Amino acid sequence: MIRLAIALLALAALAVLPRFVSEYELGLLIGMASYVALASAWALFSGHTHYISLATVAFYGTGAYTVAVLNESLPYPAVLLCAALIGAAMALLVGLSTLRLSGIYFVIFTFGLAELVRQLITWYEVSITGTLGRYIFLDLTARDIYWQMLALAAIAIGLTAWINRTRLGLALRAIGDDEVVAAHSGIHLARTKLVAFTISATLITLVGAVGSPRWVYVEPLIVFNPTVSFLTVIMALLGGANRLWGPLVGAIPLFLLFEWLSVNFPDTYPIFLGLMFIAVVFVLPNGVLAGLDDLRAWLGRRGK
Amino acid sequence: MKITRRNTMRALASGVAMTMLIGANLAHAADDTITIGYAVAKTGPNATGAGITTIPNYELWVKDVNAAGGLTMPDGSKRMIEVIEYDDRSSNEDLVRAIERLATKDNVDLILPPWGTGSNLAIAPLMDRFGYPQLGVTAVTDKAPEFAARWKRSYWMLGGGHDYANGLAGVLKAAVAAGTLNNKIAMVSVADGFGIDLVNGARPAFEEAGLEVVYDKTYPLGTSDFAALMAEAQASGADSFVAFSYPPDSFGMTKTAQSMGYNPKVFYVGVGGAFPIYGKIADGKQEGVMSIGGVNAASPAIQDYFARHTDSAGAPPDSWASAITYASLEMLAQSVERVGLDHEKLAQELSTGTFSTIIGDVKLEDNQLRDLWWVGQWQNGTFVAVNPADKDGAVAPIVPKPNW
Repeated sequence: MIRLAIALLALAALAVLPRFVSEYELGLLIGMASYVALASAWALFSGHTHYISLATVAFYGTGAYTVAVLNESLPYPAVLLCAALIGAAMALLVGLSTLRLSGIYFVIFTFGLAELVRQLITWYEVSITGTLGRYIFLDLTARDIYWQMLALAAIAIGLTAWINRTRLGLALRAIGDDEVVAAHSGIHLARTKLVAFTISATLITLVGAVGSPRWVYVEPLIVFNPTVSFLTVIMALLGGANRLWGPLVGAIPLFLLFEWLSVNFPDTYPIFLGLMFIAVVFVLPNGVLAGLDDLRAWLGRRGK
Repeated sequence: MKITRRNTMRALASGVAMTMLIGANLAHAADDTITIGYAVAKTGPNATGAGITTIPNYELWVKDVNAAGGLTMPDGSKRMIEVIEYDDRSSNEDLVRAIERLATKDNVDLILPPWGTGSNLAIAPLMDRFGYPQLGVTAVTDKAPEFAARWKRSYWMLGGGHDYANGLAGVLKAAVAAGTLNNKIAMVSVADGFGIDLVNGARPAFEEAGLEVVYDKTYPLGTSDFAALMAEAQASGADSFVAFSYPPDSFGMTKTAQSMGYNPKVFYVGVGGAFPIYGKIADGKQEGVMSIGGVNAASPAIQDYFARHTDSAGAPPDSWASAITYASLEMLAQSVERVGLDHEKLAQELSTGTFSTIIGDVKLEDNQLRDLWWVGQWQNGTFVAVNPADKDGAVAPIVPKPNW
């Protein structure tokens, strides 16, 4: 109960923060909130099941593109609803056909999915509508976007907390431990994975949709930028993808680190990104939180 | 779970510490310098274009201005330029944040635009809100009039797809009328923003000019094998081959045409055709190849600019947007000299003033530069302008192109 109260208080504090910060700092807050939402939503499915998905940008980009297509014909809440529905439908379709794959096959497929969606949209725009770039002229201030993004991040973390306590969470953990055992103990593998994947993908789609008005101009190459997928994975893994607060703990420092690098070392940023990947995988395979636990256990043993 | 909370607090604390760190390393510029900020793609897919057209010209201009003692103010005093430069990683989200940073945290006096149509549009609402004039050079868009009306301090200086398509139609129509070409065209285009814009402009323009498009195909971005496409174009019986392509494609098609012995009477490629490297790609046989853009190669100002650029960047500039980028910076410097750094007066001056630049006297019409070169051609190792044919400095096109 206290934990919930603290989380809600923190959320309230974050919600009034825009009053006290400059435009640039607000931009930083939006970026942090987006990546916390992305990494948490990603971990909702991948954290427990250990299915590493690189499809983040496929959904993220779809969300942004939906806003670009519909922003002039529908009111904004309806546009968001459409984006969520499209994201969910796409996740169902993709999930049904691919969640039987596991290990490296799943990783490769999800990586290909982003490319597939990008090429499909390009093909459609080129041959059917005959345009490619689309414009988003919505009267949303940076504050509006921040609040929506913050809400999404809160929803992603809240949903994860809730799912962890339900049968679905238990089933996901069982699948992550051993799929065969899980199946034999009566867990409906396909359904469980599909539900979690769809929830996760819908949230990611909404993050793309909410963030897109800041770009004004959208084309497939801009919104399907694979770096988003990689950053999301590395952030979640850094913090610890199977922990409730892990993605947040990974996303915020990494986001700030990358911002700092792009300001101070604009030419060498990709090198740091690559090194970071390697470091996370080799040094902290289970994330910072688990690493701290190990360290504490080790110190405890030495103390005795 | 107690552990988790504590860790969260630690992470938040380190986050706050990092934010302060970012803030702390920003030295405030002294009053006697002018700070100019820009965020361009140094990494990612946009880095190639930015590295050829935008960054070298920004650096050259700053070097030139500072070598002359700085920017001249209306009272005749001179102030040196100090540059703040960020990488937008080819991501619009990062770009938007960088502009917010330049405008509200660094409080720079002027902001120079990023490279690319999408990037310029992404920052236009912000620049408008913060009041900075935006000299959008590397943005090709048919919607320029609309944008200039929406964002009063935005300037669009590279025309739209229709302009380039109409220019090319004009060149081909004249050659057909002179009897050197048949009226058939084989046209390929990249399935991406630029290719689509151009091909949408070209279809009606060609039809209006009485030209028949007998082969019309798009290819996906990133295609590297053009043999099938070129073979079909060759078999189509068209005298003119037109490609609305990106640099890697333009280079690939040139190589393919050479190796298969495809010698259309007009060989036109898109972006990349005006790059200085094109001569090497074509193995020295670039004579007669047409492409987008062009410069008045006979102008001493342009020759001097090419020499200085080669000196500063180690390579000559491209013959399309580079000179215009440099000219836009000259316009900025002259505006500052006339009215100072006040953004409103500066915007007014840019809209209405006449400026003397390396591309000649420039005056914007409705915040757009319309006095541009649409078609250029390689002649004797130089990429010269051929259309509009009535513009001062235009050269007559060589048709048919000599064989490879």
